[in-house]
Amino acid sequence: MASSTAIEVSRVSKIYRRFSHRKQFATLKSALLTRSLIKNLRPDETFTALNDVSLTVPKGRTLGVIGRNGSGKSTLLKLVAGITKPSTGTVKVDGRISALIELGAGFHPEISGRENVFINGIMLGLTKREVTQRFDEIVEFAEMKEFIDAPVKTYSSGMYMRLGFAVAIHVDPEVLLVDEVLAVGDEGFTHKCLDKFAEFKRRNKTILLVTHSLAMVERFCDEALWLDAGRIKGSGDPKRIVGAYITDVERREEQELAATDARARDTADAAIVSPDEPASAVLPDNPVETATATGDMFRAAEGRWGSREVEITDVDFVGADAEAGHVFHSGDRMDVRIRMRAPLPIDDFVVGIGIFNTEGTCCYGTNTYIEELTPESIHGDVEAVFAIEALDLIEGTYKVDVAIHKVDGYPYDYHRLLYTFRVKSRAKDVGIYRPRHSWRFLGDVRFSDPRHPRVPRPSDRDPRP
Amino acid sequence: MFHNLAQLPRYRALIQSLVARELKARYRGSVLGFFWSFINPLTLLLIYTFVFKYVMPAAAIKGIDNYPLFMFVGLLPWTWFASSLTEASGVLISGGNLIKKVLFPAEILPIVTVTANMVHFFLALPILVVFLIYYKAPLTVGELLCFPLVVLVQFIFTLACALILSALTVHFRDIKDILSNVLTLWFFATPIIYSYLHMPETAQAFKKYLDLNPFTHLVISYQEILFFDGPFGAWKKLAVLGMASVLFFFTAYWIFDRLRDSFAEEV
Repeated sequence: MASSTAIEVSRVSKIYRRFSHRKQFATLKSALLTRSLIKNLRPDETFTALNDVSLTVPKGRTLGVIGRNGSGKSTLLKLVAGITKPSTGTVKVDGRISALIELGAGFHPEISGRENVFINGIMLGLTKREVTQRFDEIVEFAEMKEFIDAPVKTYSSGMYMRLGFAVAIHVDPEVLLVDEVLAVGDEGFTHKCLDKFAEFKRRNKTILLVTHSLAMVERFCDEALWLDAGRIKGSGDPKRIVGAYITDVERREEQELAATDARARDTADAAIVSPDEPASAVLPDNPVETATATGDMFRAAEGRWGSREVEITDVDFVGADAEAGHVFHSGDRMDVRIRMRAPLPIDDFVVGIGIFNTEGTCCYGTNTYIEELTPESIHGDVEAVFAIEALDLIEGTYKVDVAIHKVDGYPYDYHRLLYTFRVKSRAKDVGIYRPRHSWRFLGDVRFSDPRHPRVPRPSDRDPRP
Repeated sequence: MFHNLAQLPRYRALIQSLVARELKARYRGSVLGFFWSFINPLTLLLIYTFVFKYVMPAAAIKGIDNYPLFMFVGLLPWTWFASSLTEASGVLISGGNLIKKVLFPAEILPIVTVTANMVHFFLALPILVVFLIYYKAPLTVGELLCFPLVVLVQFIFTLACALILSALTVHFRDIKDILSNVLTLWFFATPIIYSYLHMPETAQAFKKYLDLNPFTHLVISYQEILFFDGPFGAWKKLAVLGMASVLFFFTAYWIFDRLRDSFAEEV
């Protein structure tokens, strides 16, 4: 291992054993009675959490590990921390490690925060004297001055985590392992943590960060590693890896949504619905009533009804790439492609569409009658495209109504909430739709670059040598 | 194994503060605090005295003048032993958070348990000493010098048991329940409430079984040093037990070390 390498993981696999058979009996006595003690100690199922993973982190670099739940991120961190041993392969770490895996692990509820800080510090590898030296700094960092002598059981979960974080970060490690712990406090505390990380980076410490916060990986890490089902799926430039990861997540969501839609349609087709049932469609002659009825409409769950004199055979969402899909980005182009079949020519028809968010609020609804298209005839296999130039919706999942009915509301084929699409957005704005907008300021108004965390001025704190 | 064992002294400070924490946490919130460590054995001793002096004097062993005190001499080390094992059997599971989330040598937990219970034993000793002096027990300096040795042998023996128990309980949870029954049996198989030296003729046949019980020799040693007249005759057996305990400890540590990697996954 080169002297400039902080973490070296080579060809590591971690296989967890599952003792489902033994767990069934779960006792020594039964194991002895059935004389199956030895047999039962053998695993009958194994689970490979990490599969032939190799990576090196040079000193002073920050590596972000991303991946879906169960992809092996935390296992990797535990292996690097030395808490578990690899089944095969080797892990080498140069320098003192501090692992922010579970904050305040080992706090004893009955004794005071002060005593717990000492014990926790010693547990993490400090000497008593070192803890004494850093004690005030720790307490100040955790913002716990007035509670430090109260027993830990009286702390709120936030206080608990803050104190745990403060101790762990003041161990002054060469290698810092962080597992999804930044959600421990209010905005201010999170900033403080980020400042502390920035300080670590400046002081050329190595950080291994496991997180679901992709933004954090992009702006904070020098390198990213993408784990999927225990294997490395990609590593390198954070922007590139995060991009690839997001694409993959969307593809999976796509598959899920497609499956959901197919299920919904199967159920709807199976249900027998009388064609005479009044359509609660986007009623052509009374659009005001439609708006007030949406609450009831959503409760009416998904379904399909109508006389089928005209039948909706297929509905697709088509993106700018002309591919049918279910996941779109806010502001993208999206076409709703509706295929219909009218075995006999029909002259009284209205094609309508409604978009609903998960709360059941109608984000938008319209039909050809409202938009003053006068029907003349529909016959044979036809296709209607409802083209949305820019999908100005906020992030979320949306369900769609598609219907063809008479002008008076008599339904030919009504598809109630049978189609789902998802809108992705980097911005976490709120509301029902996103008007096209921008900000302008006059006068002396400035913003710092949000992509870079606030770096503390040297005068703010004295960095240890 | 020896590598891990050699690392242990580095954790002295941690063991020290964890033992202190155990003791503090136990009495935290109670008004009398540490005094309970004195009061508990004192009450026990007073009750025994009352019962065997006034209620059922016939139950006391003939030939032993101060039966309650005799019983107390054996009971204190037994309490240390029994509560150490009971706590140790659950200590890796209750300390699972540490093992799973902190880089932490797991054997520290049973060591802390046994040590904390030893401190309790020490805290009860002043009561014992006061009564021994009050009843003019035949204490001699030579014998008292052997006392720390007996404690040391018991510590090693108890620690070895605790290591094995704590490691196995991770895999077989019902050891905890088995243990409480075994301890009851073990208690009566140890000459604590009866005297090895004053057993009736009819029970002599049991002596050879009692000899197989390691704790017999510990208790007899305590009794000879603190209670009985005459020379410390059990020292040979104690010496054998001491050496056996050291071997037992290494075996126990080896078992613990072998199972170590499974702890983080099983607890």
